[in-house]
Amino acid sequence: MLLSVRNLHVSYGHIKALQGIDFDVDEGEIICIIGANGAGKSTTLRAISRLVPVQKGDILFEGKSILHVPPEKVVSELGISHVPEGRRIFGNLTVKENLTLATYARKDKENIKRDLEYMFSVFPRLEERLNQKAGTLSGGEQQMLAVARAFMTARRVMILDEPSMGLAPLLMLEMFKALEEINREGTTILLVEQNARMALKFAQRGYVLETGKIVLQGPSQELLDNPDVKKAYLGG
Amino acid sequence: MSATEFFQNVVNALQWGSFYALIALGYSMVYGVLLLFNFAHGDIFMVGAYIGFFVATAFLALFASGVGIITLPSWAILVLVILATMFLTSFVGMAVERIGYRPLRHAPRASAAITGLMIGIIFETSILAMFGAQRMKFPELLPGLASASQPTFGGVIISWQKILIVGVALVLMLLLQWFVSNTKWGMAMRAMAFDFAAVPLMGVPLNRIAALTFALGSALAGAAAVLYSMAYPVLDPYMGITVGWKAFVAAILGGRGSIKGAALAGFLLGFIEIFAATVFPSTYRDLIAYSIILIILVFRPHGMFGEEHTARLRL
Ligand SMILES: Nc1ncnc2c1ncn2[C@@H]1O[C@H](COP(=O)(O)OP(=O)(O)OP(=O)(O)O)[C@@H](O)[C@H]1O
Ligand SMILES: [Mg+2]
Repeated sequence: MLLSVRNLHVSYGHIKALQGIDFDVDEGEIICIIGANGAGKSTTLRAISRLVPVQKGDILFEGKSILHVPPEKVVSELGISHVPEGRRIFGNLTVKENLTLATYARKDKENIKRDLEYMFSVFPRLEERLNQKAGTLSGGEQQMLAVARAFMTARRVMILDEPSMGLAPLLMLEMFKALEEINREGTTILLVEQNARMALKFAQRGYVLETGKIVLQGPSQELLDNPDVKKAYLGG
Repeated sequence: MSATEFFQNVVNALQWGSFYALIALGYSMVYGVLLLFNFAHGDIFMVGAYIGFFVATAFLALFASGVGIITLPSWAILVLVILATMFLTSFVGMAVERIGYRPLRHAPRASAAITGLMIGIIFETSILAMFGAQRMKFPELLPGLASASQPTFGGVIISWQKILIVGVALVLMLLLQWFVSNTKWGMAMRAMAFDFAAVPLMGVPLNRIAALTFALGSALAGAAAVLYSMAYPVLDPYMGITVGWKAFVAAILGGRGSIKGAALAGFLLGFIEIFAATVFPSTYRDLIAYSIILIILVFRPHGMFGEEHTARLRL
């Protein structure tokens, strides 16, 4: 197993955001965690990126605990990139600078150009806007930049926090197709989504998170057909 | 004011502006990147002057013609003194960050401000304890410069020393601007100023960039200290206070976090002060100068180049 989460507990003060969740991500998979507002989706990803302290449980990468790894090394040494909620691109930097900063800690300098060209083939619009300040990009373009930037930091695993948020349906589809393409090239993908239908169509397996607990899991099709999931997350 | 007087004042204003600008950059960068007013910065400048004193004394003993083991021209000694002082003063800044501020990164801002003031007092009193109250005389780095024939400009005599001070300050500012715009460390600093929490996700170690920011700011303060001591060659443990606070005002006036703003405001402050002193009695100088600045800030509360943006959310 590439990434395993075991009995994970995370609290913010007295708020228990995660109350013992377990899940696994295998090499090459696209895995999706769905859940409503406040279910703990972002918290799960923040815990993997080591941005929040873990009260109990463990996070294993290739079988080894990563709880002692600092956030920047989760990216640069383990190869887990993170597309955060709300994109969080650096608006005062140009598109090019955002992508360059992402390669700050990379040691395989010879592959940077190749990866950059690959990102331009996936998101041609970024190449046209290289010298534009990232803060002036449209919402959709900012999301493309957030994904491309994450890919430039590391390409082993990409975790994404609601990549479809704020995108028009057509753009959303485009975004998922891009992620599928990135996955085909060998990047394992773990994403969390409220937009369950689209996410489950692209993922192989899914987990349903409800107030800090995993209540359902299985192959995507099974979840899509599940009456409870249909009622709660797919609009009936 | 005659034309001659006017040009003399311009040159003086540029010289004082150079000191203010170099020191203001340190305040501004640290604020931009870490949202922290480093109130120990004026005293880092003062420590820089003492470091400069020892470096200059040592290098003159090693390299000056007639006494040194190897003889170097005095301009080369000056360059070495500036570089070595910058290098050593940067460690003072990094130590302040590591020991004083890093443990308080998540503490209320007031704690960090108070810590800065305390570190300043510790620096002043340690220097006082080490060297006593007697004022030390900064060695002359460019002997003969004052007696050489000075350049004239439209009939006005401008000292070589002032040209040198302004020139070195400008070169350092341009280098800083280049560094921040073009290197990956500079990008990381700017990214940190925009969105602190997202920076580690780029594989960038926040602490390293914080230390670098302090190092750069303190190195510039060290350079300012050597230049200042060439013009006013008497050292004392409290020499950083007034200059430091004025440079802090320049940093605010320029717009917190703006490199261009800090540099320009440093020079603007130099001009306002010098010209206030020529128009009004010199005891009124600071009263007039800082009233003008207060008025500017009423109309531009974010400073000349400050941006309102402070969207530094947590992740
Ligand atoms: N920094 C924080 N401080 C305190 N409580 C927090 C913090 N971040 C999240 N929480 C709480 O933890 C719980 C889980 O939040 P989380 O952000 O993980 O939810 P989410 O599933 O990502 O929701 P959304 O779909 O709205 O993004 C919520 O109850 C939230 O209020
Ligand atoms: Mg969320």
